[in-house]
Amino acid sequence: MSAGRTGVASNSAMAAGGGGRAARFIDWVDERFPLTAMMKEHVTEYYAAKSFNAWYVFGVLALVVLILQLVTGIFLTMSYKPSAEDAFASVEYIMREVEWGWLIRYMHSTGASMFFVVVYLHMFRGLMYGSYKAPRELLWIVGMLIYLALMAQAFTGYLLPWGQMSYWGAQVIVSLFGAIPVVGASLVEWIRGDYFISDITLNRFFALHVVAVPLALMLLVVVHILALHTTGSLNPDGIEIKEKKGPDGIPLDGVAFHPYHTSKDLVAIIVFAIIFVAVLFFAPDMGGYFLEHANFEPANLLKTPEHIAPVWYFTPFYAILRAVPSKGWGAFLMLSAIVLLFFLPWLDRCKVKSIRYRGWQFKVALGALAVSFVALGFLGLQPATEKSYVYAARVFAAIYFAFFLLMPLYTSRERTKPVPERVVFHGHE
Amino acid sequence: MSEEASVSRRQFLTVATSVTGVVGLALTAAPFIASFRPSTRAQALGAPVTVDISKLDEGAMVRVVWRGQPVWVLRRSQDMLKRLADGKVGLKDPQSNESIQPPYAKNDVRALRPEYLVVIGNCTHLGCAPLERFEVAPADLGPTWVGGFFCPCHGSKFDLAARVMDGSPAPTNLTVPPYRFVGDELVIVGEDTGAKA
Repeated sequence: MSAGRTGVASNSAMAAGGGGRAARFIDWVDERFPLTAMMKEHVTEYYAAKSFNAWYVFGVLALVVLILQLVTGIFLTMSYKPSAEDAFASVEYIMREVEWGWLIRYMHSTGASMFFVVVYLHMFRGLMYGSYKAPRELLWIVGMLIYLALMAQAFTGYLLPWGQMSYWGAQVIVSLFGAIPVVGASLVEWIRGDYFISDITLNRFFALHVVAVPLALMLLVVVHILALHTTGSLNPDGIEIKEKKGPDGIPLDGVAFHPYHTSKDLVAIIVFAIIFVAVLFFAPDMGGYFLEHANFEPANLLKTPEHIAPVWYFTPFYAILRAVPSKGWGAFLMLSAIVLLFFLPWLDRCKVKSIRYRGWQFKVALGALAVSFVALGFLGLQPATEKSYVYAARVFAAIYFAFFLLMPLYTSRERTKPVPERVVFHGHE
Repeated sequence: MSEEASVSRRQFLTVATSVTGVVGLALTAAPFIASFRPSTRAQALGAPVTVDISKLDEGAMVRVVWRGQPVWVLRRSQDMLKRLADGKVGLKDPQSNESIQPPYAKNDVRALRPEYLVVIGNCTHLGCAPLERFEVAPADLGPTWVGGFFCPCHGSKFDLAARVMDGSPAPTNLTVPPYRFVGDELVIVGEDTGAKA
């Protein structure tokens, strides 16, 4: 103990006029770990535009939901049993016999859906204001990797309750890999570890869901934030605030993340929490959209549910899969629908970032993309028998792909508006 | 040793060490990747299943589990066989050239004995279990329907020999597992006596 206080240790504390005990303790830490430097770089001296609108809260909300999922997940793991024999009963046990188990489990299941709600809105914000464009390509790609990890997390997690929809949903998704030529069949067997979705599959999905994917997810989130703090946050005008700095070296249009953005984000978190608990207490299954009713029955290998649909956040891609009357091409198009998003920074040829100053072509295209994504989401939830739904899904899938594939053409023809020098801000000066 | 010789020597050592390291990593990864394959126990549990067909009525179907997959044994009536032969629906793979079945089931009725259809009840599209729809021309399947199987997941249709119809997302006919008869009363699924059975 005393060794640390002697020698070089107290120099800066002396220089700062001694300070209190707390300040001396911080100094002690700073000589061993860059605590103050990190706080400055990422929190108190990270400057983001003062003109953020409501679309800019979803990144923070995603972080809040991630923490919620981690905490509730840890507590669920303590009572859950990952075996085909016990899984369904252990979830019932959590719901009925573990004190407050129902609350923790509903927080986790509602959190899963809310995670996708905020992430889809976060991604749409990025599309609107050009957050994927240079120099933020890596930020976008890491974000897409987070989205993939999130999908893996949702998929592996959905098998764990071992209900009918868990089982048959997993069956459908795993056999998608069978569409890969040559190695498909053995790859499917390798993923399942058995000749069917079995206890072995459940056990390994549990390991992936509680250990492997969360680790990857957290690492990717750190990389995402580091990349963000390298380029700086964009804003609704799509202007780089770093280009206009005051004599103090601080961007003229920027305010510190803490306390200015954090205090505003706190309001968003409270509003989000109100919505979240409303769902949690009054509609935890959201009428079958957050927790599908078929999943309240234990998995039965011999009986497919009348109508298999994945949870709502996967249905846009599921609708694309079903729209194609060929297994190989259906799976290929479904995968392409996700992979194309990675190439967005290079497909968009327009120099202007924000939709505020872009031409009509991009506005129309983005509107069409949003409409077709929602429409596909709806169609993916419908039964397979209705022919007109299949045709509608084909039309909307075509629009979805046109947004990406025609992007180099229509974005290079845009007549853009002049972008202002400084951000547009109507706050109290 | 000259400066240049030293640098090239170092470069060689760097490359050699890296390559050795990568090979070592790949070799170490192999057991982990292999551990994902079906274990000895999983393989043992995939043993053959015996089905008693002595009490199966004409037009009735029995389901058993083999390797966790639903296997259907359908006793087709003469009427069903006639409807199957007269069926006018377009088939994707009428000769079962693209489909999986033992050689003794690669025929028009896709069976060892025409009366008994033995198939794995997993849709070849994405593995759902199709439903039995043996009635003729029901309202939802249209007037051309002469009986068969309908998959509720993505709408694939199969005839009474489990052959996939045109316009279905399933690429091939339902898979026929290896099987053999023991007298007239038993079917053993998962085992056969070779091509002729």
